[in-house]
Amino acid sequence: MPAGPFPRLRAAGDQGLLVEFGDSVDVAVSERVLAFDAALRARPFHGFTESTPSYAAVLVGYDPLEVTPSAVRAHVEALLAEPHPPLAAAALHELPVCYEQPFAPDLADVAQRCGMSEEAVIAAHLSGEYRVFMFGFAPGYGYLGGVPEAIRVPRKPNPVRARPPGSLAIAGPMCLVTTVTAPTGWWVIGRSPARIVDVDRERQFLFEVGDRIRFRRIRRDEFDAFGSVP
Amino acid sequence: MTRAVFLVEHAGPLTTVQDRGRFGYLRYGVTEAGPMDRQAFAIAQAALGNPLNAAAIETTIGGVALRCIEGEVTVASAGGGFHCAVDGRPVGAWGVFSIREGSVLTVRPGYWGSWTYLAFAGDIVAPAWLGSRATNVLSDFGGLRLQAGQHLEIRDAERRPGRERDLVLPVTSRPRQEVRVVLGPQDRFFAPETIRRLLSETFTLSNEYDRMGVRLQGPKLPIVGTLDMPSEALPRGSVQVPGHGDPIVLMADHQTTGGYPKIAVLASADQDGFAQLRSRDRVTFRAVTASQAASSARTRAGALRQYLQALGVREQRSAVH
Repeated sequence: MPAGPFPRLRAAGDQGLLVEFGDSVDVAVSERVLAFDAALRARPFHGFTESTPSYAAVLVGYDPLEVTPSAVRAHVEALLAEPHPPLAAAALHELPVCYEQPFAPDLADVAQRCGMSEEAVIAAHLSGEYRVFMFGFAPGYGYLGGVPEAIRVPRKPNPVRARPPGSLAIAGPMCLVTTVTAPTGWWVIGRSPARIVDVDRERQFLFEVGDRIRFRRIRRDEFDAFGSVP
Repeated sequence: MTRAVFLVEHAGPLTTVQDRGRFGYLRYGVTEAGPMDRQAFAIAQAALGNPLNAAAIETTIGGVALRCIEGEVTVASAGGGFHCAVDGRPVGAWGVFSIREGSVLTVRPGYWGSWTYLAFAGDIVAPAWLGSRATNVLSDFGGLRLQAGQHLEIRDAERRPGRERDLVLPVTSRPRQEVRVVLGPQDRFFAPETIRRLLSETFTLSNEYDRMGVRLQGPKLPIVGTLDMPSEALPRGSVQVPGHGDPIVLMADHQTTGGYPKIAVLASADQDGFAQLRSRDRVTFRAVTASQAASSARTRAGALRQYLQALGVREQRSAVH
């Protein structure tokens, strides 16, 4: 493991141990997060409940009736001391997205802020390859890093009224496709018909943390036809 | 098989179907949900001899009124100091009783407590998602929010006369005015003086209180320096401090990640008692180590086991998972 303060172990109550691998959002840190997450799940301890990876940390959950916090810490330290096997190659998913109105309420604003045409914003967004850094907030909310520099805009100071599921939203280096109706301070520049959470599908979440995402532009008629294709 | 059907005549806000919770999906952004007071929920289920994955109705101070329009079923009620009645006749607020076609079961708030449970000798019909019928309030996947005019069906409904009895209110089901916390994981964002105020001054529960969490009022807890932490996964019971400086205690429907520092996490043993506080109630915090908190969790589990043995009901695993 690298020198310095990381990895750093911090108690998160009596049911969680937070293992921090850095304090920034970057791919190298995320790789270490996912390697540890995989190692832990491959070799869990008695009383382990679940492992939750985020940008730069893993929350190790445990049942305090089954295992003591110090035993959890010892297990985690032992795992950290071992070399982790290389991760399997990340899966690549292509998500269709329609950038037409009324699906893109903030596209004009983003174009203006970036000094670009709307078409150039769309082209820039399509040029990116994105990485699923983590899920958070709501079911299936995948935080996708990799928004090109030219169209990075800070999030709005205040969340805007409820946006429908499927909204493609950007803020800073991140983008996400929403899965529930919720207010958001992110900039909505399109909508995807892809079902990231599908309660009727055996595999209920379309992608995993660490997967790669590309976007494919579709027209409105393709968007409308999407749901009818078996 | 027989069934019982209730017409929901009244349902206050936040009246939902809950089971133990939906575990194992935090990594996909899916919070556990489940009961706000896990011990009261477990007692209601155990008093009926229900299986571990049974669901119940959770309600809060808005209360609920259910008219039985078909069949009969034995019901267990537990949690907080609520008033429970059948056709206006009080039944034990903590107790097991039966209700038959034509009768109305009402739950109203009493002098204390925020959450109470109605468990049924049978199976509440509600959609399952990821193996659980706990209602995920944010997404509406799985579970059910009760609303006036709905029908609530209990499949395989039974009358279990041998189970009917009053339940003694366990002392461990009272609200807790002093709550144990484990400091961290991001206490480094706070000055020592701020930590001292967290642990020595009194906070009040605001009326911003729902299943996601409750905002506290009291001394402000300012964040030192620039906030440069990436969002991290957080457990239930986290005390998160956003820019306004008021701590927010995150509960059953907490978001799975947060980008604000968590100054402390409530000891799991005290989360039920904290949940039973009401808006305007006061609370103080005392720091313990993770080992001490885990030890208190084992003590609490032991006390519940004894309580259930004294009831003569089968021991049920009551803890988190």
